[in-house]
Amino acid sequence: MSTQEENMKAYWKMNLLYLSVLLSIWFIVSYGCGILFLDTLNEYTLGGFKLGFWFAQQGSIYVFVVLIFVYVYLMNKLDQKFDVDEK
Amino acid sequence: MEELLNDNVLLWTIALVVLTFGIYIGVAIWARAGSTKEFYVAGGGVHPFVNGMATAADWMSAASFISMAGIISFLGYDGSVYLMGWTGGYVLLALLLAPYLRKFGKFTVPDFIGDRYYSDTARTIALVCALVISFTYVAGQMRGVGVVFSRFLRVNIEVGVVIGMAVVFFYAVLGGMKGITYTQVAQYCVLIFAFMVPAFFISFQMTGNFIPQVGFGAQLNDGSEMFLLERLDGLLAELGFAAYQDGVKSRVDIFFITAALMVGTAGLPHVIVRFFTVPRVKDARISGGWALVLIAILYTTAPAISVFARTNLIQTVSNKSEADMPDWYGKWKETKLIQFEDKNGDGLIQYYNDKNEKFVKEVAEPNGWKGNELIVDKDIMVLANPEIANLPNWVIALVAAGGLASALSTAAGLLLVISTSISHDLIKKQLKPDISDKGELLWARGAAAVAIFIAGYFGINPPGFVAEVVAFAFGLAAASFFPAIILGIFYKRMNTQGAVAGMIAGILFTFGYIIYFKFIVAPEVNVPANWLFEISPEGIGTLGMLINIIVSLVVCHLTPPPPQDVQDLVESIRFPRGAGEASDH
Repeated sequence: MSTQEENMKAYWKMNLLYLSVLLSIWFIVSYGCGILFLDTLNEYTLGGFKLGFWFAQQGSIYVFVVLIFVYVYLMNKLDQKFDVDEK
Repeated sequence: MEELLNDNVLLWTIALVVLTFGIYIGVAIWARAGSTKEFYVAGGGVHPFVNGMATAADWMSAASFISMAGIISFLGYDGSVYLMGWTGGYVLLALLLAPYLRKFGKFTVPDFIGDRYYSDTARTIALVCALVISFTYVAGQMRGVGVVFSRFLRVNIEVGVVIGMAVVFFYAVLGGMKGITYTQVAQYCVLIFAFMVPAFFISFQMTGNFIPQVGFGAQLNDGSEMFLLERLDGLLAELGFAAYQDGVKSRVDIFFITAALMVGTAGLPHVIVRFFTVPRVKDARISGGWALVLIAILYTTAPAISVFARTNLIQTVSNKSEADMPDWYGKWKETKLIQFEDKNGDGLIQYYNDKNEKFVKEVAEPNGWKGNELIVDKDIMVLANPEIANLPNWVIALVAAGGLASALSTAAGLLLVISTSISHDLIKKQLKPDISDKGELLWARGAAAVAIFIAGYFGINPPGFVAEVVAFAFGLAAASFFPAIILGIFYKRMNTQGAVAGMIAGILFTFGYIIYFKFIVAPEVNVPANWLFEISPEGIGTLGMLINIIVSLVVCHLTPPPPQDVQDLVESIRFPRGAGEASDH
């Protein structure tokens, strides 16, 4: 296997790693905090909000936005590192 | 006529609608399309932030603008499915779909499916799905245009739909994706301004905090030091409703509906094609981020409006005399969005949960209440909100312009998918491969024009099942496109046989389930006890998606792997370098 191919494999592996970490967070804030653990989190409050409710109607959306920008940042760096970025 | 001139709100509304329509038409003339490439993907040179704005306007429909806050205000926590479902899909889009589809560099979703699975059968299935999803959706938008016109400008729904058709015709047929992109930017500005201004005002009125996202979790500024949500929960409990922050639906169903909406969003063709319009892979990623920021502004404000509006509504009407109701009550009663029937003849409005047996027995009956007397349409929570809160006339007029912007922008995006599907995926790719660019452009314009007339027809004569089939559009997108695209990118071994079998299985299952519960059986049968694993027809697309994936994987391993050139294609879309502008070759 050529170094070029190995490089590409390493690049793709890193991409998949980023994706699995970010999508786990995506799943935890929405399906976890907003749905599955709603009742537990609702025992805590954030100002006037019950915490689980806040995640379902506010918090998860903020985290979604952050996740995309983090991914863009990580991938732009990764593209440069492996020299596959667009010139 | 004199009465009309004295009506300040009406004058403001006419002025704002004429002004905004003038802007859309001006932009359309400036951004005419000269080639198929400009018509399909706006020439491929759209700045990522501009694309983000256009995507946000494309995505936020009349349902998001007019209906969503109202639906949530009646559902409380259960309404979260729309908030998470219709935003979370953008994470999937930006991380899993957009960059790779952009690198692939074609014009449409059926293009990708057809090429990746080297099969015209797969292309045709995708084409049919794209058409069904888009037509379902666009009928609702034209209806939304008509409704806004009739309520705010007092013209017939028919006249409203025809005016809307004329405007969309102008910029979609003339400008294609290029015209649509830049009018959508203008429409985003109009709709977000119209949505936010009343929210700022009302938030400040009720809580002393201008930011609605903070305001609805803040204390009331009436000196009670009580949190707004506490007050609302108290009011609801007094009337026998469930507490706002706790759900009523089963968690399983909430989970599945949220997933179906998220995955469905990521699979909607009119959203996906927007990512073909930016110059580079990098731009496709960031563009998804900008789109979500701009969408999140509305989606985090909507639940605040829900809370403000529900609280205001109950405090205004509950157990008050109808004679003492403010002006807006009479105005909206005329449009039948508010209906009052004095069942116990005491002249007071009793608004309560008459489905709550315990409450009926212990509170309602001893008080001589004979059933809930007030029916409030969900749309009123946004449409009448500025009036309920006593805001200035120009703010009330803004809502009409915003509602129209949201409906027109989404309708245009959908019409483009329909016209591209016909001219590109059907005519060029299957029936007449040697057609010239000019000829193809003519077909695209013709198809867009015909589609506008069909959409207008359904807007004027809406089939009774429009509301039901929206669930179907998401379910179909989730069960057909999404798995086929994801597997196409992330699983090199996936072949035609697997993808086609998976899509067919997913579609048939989802389609069958929705048809069975929505159209075949009586509404009493459409209840959790009869559903599969307590999943409602709205959430069944998630299961359809899983079935698609499983069938795809099984069939794929029983059949030969895809040819080498397809595997090379998959390899190449995984790396950004070398992404030319979207093209035909």
